[in-house]
Amino acid sequence: MTMIFGIPLQAFLGQLLIGLINGSFYALLSLGLAVIFGLLRVINFAHGAQYMLGAFAAMLMLEYFGINYWVALILGPIVVGLFGAVIERTMLSRLYNLDPLYGLLFTFGLALAIEGTFRYLYGAAGQPYSVPAQLAGGTNLGFMFLPIYRGWVVVVSLVACIGTWLLIEKTKLGAYLRAATENPVLVQAFGVNVPVLLTLTYGLGAALAAFAGVLAAPIYQVSPLMGSNIIIVVFAVVVVGGMGSIMGAILTGYMLGIAEGLTKVFYPEASNIVIFVIMAIVLLLRPAGLFGRDA
Amino acid sequence: MSEMTQTAAKPRIERSATASRTYAIFLIIGLVALILAPMFFYPIFLMKLLCFALFACAFNLLLGYTGLLSFGHATFFGGAAYFTAHVVKEWGFPPELGILTGVVGAALLGLIMGFFAIRRQGIYFAMITLALSQMFFFFCLQAKFTEGEDGIQSVPRGHLFGFIDLSGSTNMYYFVLAVFLIGMVIIWRFINSPFGMILRSIRENEPRAISLGYSVARYKLGAFVMSAALAGLAGGLKALVFQFATLTDVAWQMSGEVILMTLLGGIGTLIGPIFGAGLVVTLQNYLATSQFPVTIVTGVIFMVCVLVFRRGIIGEFYASRLGRKLGFEHRR
Repeated sequence: MTMIFGIPLQAFLGQLLIGLINGSFYALLSLGLAVIFGLLRVINFAHGAQYMLGAFAAMLMLEYFGINYWVALILGPIVVGLFGAVIERTMLSRLYNLDPLYGLLFTFGLALAIEGTFRYLYGAAGQPYSVPAQLAGGTNLGFMFLPIYRGWVVVVSLVACIGTWLLIEKTKLGAYLRAATENPVLVQAFGVNVPVLLTLTYGLGAALAAFAGVLAAPIYQVSPLMGSNIIIVVFAVVVVGGMGSIMGAILTGYMLGIAEGLTKVFYPEASNIVIFVIMAIVLLLRPAGLFGRDA
Repeated sequence: MSEMTQTAAKPRIERSATASRTYAIFLIIGLVALILAPMFFYPIFLMKLLCFALFACAFNLLLGYTGLLSFGHATFFGGAAYFTAHVVKEWGFPPELGILTGVVGAALLGLIMGFFAIRRQGIYFAMITLALSQMFFFFCLQAKFTEGEDGIQSVPRGHLFGFIDLSGSTNMYYFVLAVFLIGMVIIWRFINSPFGMILRSIRENEPRAISLGYSVARYKLGAFVMSAALAGLAGGLKALVFQFATLTDVAWQMSGEVILMTLLGGIGTLIGPIFGAGLVVTLQNYLATSQFPVTIVTGVIFMVCVLVFRRGIIGEFYASRLGRKLGFEHRR
């Protein structure tokens, strides 16, 4: 058997793939956080809860309406995005003139309330959601066995990340968004409806989280706790990347996911703290974060 | 100009004199209530309340008086609980030394976490403390001495100074009360010291504090360590009261709870967090008997507080008509 650094190549590549998949979710989630933070100056603590909502949406749609995975992949994010927009319109928008910490505390409360509700209704245990038939099974690449669904997740989340990046950097709507980030008052004076833009942004961020949630449903168990487990890691990712750039958030997500996967190969005990350790090192060497502009 | 400020300042001095008289009256009422409380309430409940009140006040030292929102205070509370439980149970330390170990351990953890966290401000500070405390959680999950999912069980309360038996709940209650009062006096002295004044100036205007020549980072770190040590005092005490230390104490939910207590009671008020802790602990006890999960209620209270009740109970009282009449004023 081929060996690499004294580790069987199969195991090495297997963990690398898991790292890449985790990295995809980190990238999607930290991207959403960065988009929301860029315009609203709010750290969306409920991002994990919205990710969890996406997974639950997929599961419940299948259970009650027989809606399949492919439709859920579109419908789930729309439902959660609308929910996010309502929250922003009715409550979050009242906090913009205050210290940004209040936004964090509000969304923290929101996350607790959502998570608590789903725990109450569905219990803390995870529930399975099966891989769609079209993506079931795996393929032998010669050097490793690749479950097709996992490959699909890596590809589609990469597409979603690049799509969001293009939306913000290359379209007219994105130009408005970026302009409103720099100077909301001036943009409003030019006749752009900034409050609607803010609602749209929060809805988009929530929808992205839900999209990640639907993608994650067949891989991890659908559980009320899946959101809070991942959101703290994503926060560390965001600290490492700095929230100044969209691309930075995406790259950091993938990098740290892979770093986590590799740690599982070489020193499994440290695998769930390695991201925090990297965060601490980055804070020592480059406090503003790898791609950060603001100190 | 100087005349104007003098005339403007005069009624304020009178007001604060009224305030200190009111404070003194409330203080005496409060002390008497605390001394008599075990006759009317279940002592374990009261001790739990005092532990969390002290924890919330320690946390408020950082959020209310320095303007730093830490999302990782469970590390100091729960870490100290583990340290105290371990040295008392395994090494046979007496309770006073056990709690001291907890305090020192929490202060060291605070020094480490603070060292990293003060490199960023505001929201990033909150996220860094949260991430580091999650790291400590995983450490506790895997470390040998914490005994994993079971936690350290049946910790003996021992004899205070070798001759006061703490196994009875009356003795234990007055011991907890004494420690709580000592903690409160330390906090009160701390925030009214020159050091505390500088912390407030950092909260109000950090760039100005820097330009006045204060080494802001060092003051922030000092406040962080102080807050961590006092949170450790509360945690060590809690380990002796309940005679166990578990992962619940170091989990992020605990960090959230202490924020809620402070927010609900009144950020930046000396006694607000005590009331906040009282309410939250009472609510938890009440909901523990029902099927309804505490998290939903906690989350909703959080949202309501942030939306319409940002001053908290005591802050609202200070800002109310009655409060102003009694001579209080609400800063911040």
